[in-house]
Amino acid sequence: MMTDQDEELAAAAATGDRAAFAALLSRHYDRLFAFTFRMTGNRAEAEDLTQDICAALPAKLQGFRAEARFTTWLYRVAVNAAHDRRRRTATHAKAAVGWGDWEVNRREAIREEAEAQDWLSQAMTALPDELRDTVALVLGEDLTQAQAGEVLGLSEGTIAWRMSEVKKRLRAMRAEEDAI
Amino acid sequence: MTDDLDDLKAALHAAPPAPDASKKEADLALAMKNFDDLQGSRDGARPTSDAPKFGAIGKGVLTMLNALNTRGGLAATTALVAVGFAVLVVVPNVDQVELPGVTMTPTPTVDDTLVEREEIIAQPAPEPLGKVAQQPARTRSDTTAELRAQTGQAAPSVVAEPLMEADGSSFADSDGYITYDEMPGILPMPREAGGEEYANVAPSPLKIASEDPVSTFSIDVDTASYAVVRRDLKSGYLPNPDAVRIEEMVNYFPYAYPAPEGPHPFAPTVTTMQTPWNAGTQLVQIGIQGEMITNRPPLNLVFLIDTSGSMSDPDKLPLLKQSLRLMLSELRPEDEVAIVAYAGSAGEVLEPTKAADRATILGALDRLDAGGSTAGAQGIELAYQVADRMAADGEVGRVLLATDGDFNVGIHDPDALKDFIADKRDTGTYLSILGFGRGNLDDVTMQALAQNGNGQAAYIDTLGEARKVLVDQLSGALYPLADDVKIQVEFNPTQVAEYRLIGYETRALAREDFNNDKVDAGEIGAGHQVTAIYEVTPVGSDAVLTDALRYAPSPDADGSDELGFLKLRYKRPGEDVSTLIETPIVSDAGDAGTEQHFAAAIAGFGQLLREDKYLGDWTYSDAIALANGAKGDDPYGYRAEAVTLMRLAESLSK
Repeated sequence: MMTDQDEELAAAAATGDRAAFAALLSRHYDRLFAFTFRMTGNRAEAEDLTQDICAALPAKLQGFRAEARFTTWLYRVAVNAAHDRRRRTATHAKAAVGWGDWEVNRREAIREEAEAQDWLSQAMTALPDELRDTVALVLGEDLTQAQAGEVLGLSEGTIAWRMSEVKKRLRAMRAEEDAI
Repeated sequence: MTDDLDDLKAALHAAPPAPDASKKEADLALAMKNFDDLQGSRDGARPTSDAPKFGAIGKGVLTMLNALNTRGGLAATTALVAVGFAVLVVVPNVDQVELPGVTMTPTPTVDDTLVEREEIIAQPAPEPLGKVAQQPARTRSDTTAELRAQTGQAAPSVVAEPLMEADGSSFADSDGYITYDEMPGILPMPREAGGEEYANVAPSPLKIASEDPVSTFSIDVDTASYAVVRRDLKSGYLPNPDAVRIEEMVNYFPYAYPAPEGPHPFAPTVTTMQTPWNAGTQLVQIGIQGEMITNRPPLNLVFLIDTSGSMSDPDKLPLLKQSLRLMLSELRPEDEVAIVAYAGSAGEVLEPTKAADRATILGALDRLDAGGSTAGAQGIELAYQVADRMAADGEVGRVLLATDGDFNVGIHDPDALKDFIADKRDTGTYLSILGFGRGNLDDVTMQALAQNGNGQAAYIDTLGEARKVLVDQLSGALYPLADDVKIQVEFNPTQVAEYRLIGYETRALAREDFNNDKVDAGEIGAGHQVTAIYEVTPVGSDAVLTDALRYAPSPDADGSDELGFLKLRYKRPGEDVSTLIETPIVSDAGDAGTEQHFAAAIAGFGQLLREDKYLGDWTYSDAIALANGAKGDDPYGYRAEAVTLMRLAESLSK
């Protein structure tokens, strides 16, 4: 089983096995990038985020505990890194509010551009971050609600509630679309 | 209704593009390097392919390993990483080194639960720094709408915010979000005195000279709005009218104004001409020419370069490298250049090097690589430390921050960053910002930081633009002549019935701020030109828009036929007390030439883009005709390009 190997490789890598670490990373890199893309919806953001994660992974790996599945753990690292990154951006963005109408207008221009973008971007951006992360895990990565809960440190019930919330919002979105 | 979810699922599965092969390779190499560094920093690495269980190591060993990976250890690995890139490596503040974005201190027991680190969301209201306060305050409802968008709460509109916008929000903040209503102090408040004058971005209103004869504003040498207008037009759509800043468009172009003579570092040239779009009014143009410095002190330039992964796009880091190569040939042998990188490969990539030593500088540039390494050290502090080290008496220091929007420069609290930059400005090191790439939201920060650093914010999208910003205007962009330049015009109500300032809406100052040396204003650099244009309606003209008041006394003729009186205030760099220049504006104040006609054409173009109401039936083709007739020498083709843009706008507006 590939996944069993993951945990073995991770445990070996955690104690300094270079080959194990290399194998582990090359196995999961594409999946990691796809996941960061689903969370951010933006190639440049996803690339920066993936770079952050790769840089920190060797040190992070020392906190890996063999009882967790490696993929679950990796998703968690990725969600935390994304969370960190967003908060950093938000701190700048919040303090910047009102600093210059020039940029405000540019945002407006960008927003209008986005209207032309596809339904996926619209749907994903309409969701708050925590719902978007949940969607990325459950729909994007095909995790069960229990697995997603494990990644996010939430109960299965919370995930189920979030998914129904997503459904509700999508329905509302579609209703508004139809009304136009 | 699972349809929606199924749609979303299918779309999500189709969405992610394949990772870029070179980025993947770089990321993997980075991870391996960090892995190796980590092993190197601890004793008894175990190069074994066995998979020992954690229990086998024992808690004691893990604790030891952990201790070795605390900050000191990390700093050591950081230094090792940096060796790969740097000629000379200095890692100051080793105890403050941290990785960008990811908490790195490993803990043996942690299972990486969601981190909820404390972070200051906002500081109490900062003392409004002059120019920041001049930016138009936004109404609370705007702010609320935006906050709603940022928190991702259901917006009342169906239009989704773009992904990047949503990235400005916080992942787990929804429960602890502080709204602006709860923190009224956070909004940049306009100063009490002329608050309403710039509370919005509506065009400067028509003023009646007998009621409100005094007009006061700060000069503006930013040109970013023109680059944005050009980008939009070239991408095939008309720019948002509110994105058009007429003074930034007018000031984008070099003008051949007479050079200053006498004691002041710049000279105003006042001309009048018939308004192209209104037969009954006149344009009064105030052109300011900064003196050319022939014997300037050596420049100390520190480039603080963002090397995060996203900078590897061809229009970012590679363009920056090309730009710097261009610029290097314009520097004098005694000028010094240093390079500090952050976000990717971090640290001092090039120690201060005389511009004469081209080979060393070019070599360091070539080694710059986006995403090459890790550890976003205290980039900005390091850059300023290097600048301080380079400074000798009378030398001018400037940090040039080049980024596509990652402001993870080491100080996370934006207010602290702003204060830091303002402090450094007062000690004589300025900051300019070079923005790369398109559609990056942190441009808000970019503008604000440059304003606090007494510098320019320029948006570089082509090599041509890089040449203009870094080469053609090198001395101006880098050598400051005068700080806090303010203009005040008092119109003579017996000659002028109405007037309006074209542009400068966000630079308006209160009348009393003119004489207040504490109020910050714009800077002018060596060789810079700044142009301000008033449209004035003479008394008795058919074009007067307002009726005389029945009960107000009509202004007594005092025999003067001056249109008004121009006053300028400026401070020499480093001085606290301003100097005053005064000159009357006479009605036949010098004939307008090609320079003035071209400036008028650009002002008209800007007003067309803004859909201003004062232009009557004047059209793009009139603007094209006027600009075409006033191209002058145009050695770099800037004016020809403007005409092309006017043509584009004309066809797009149909």
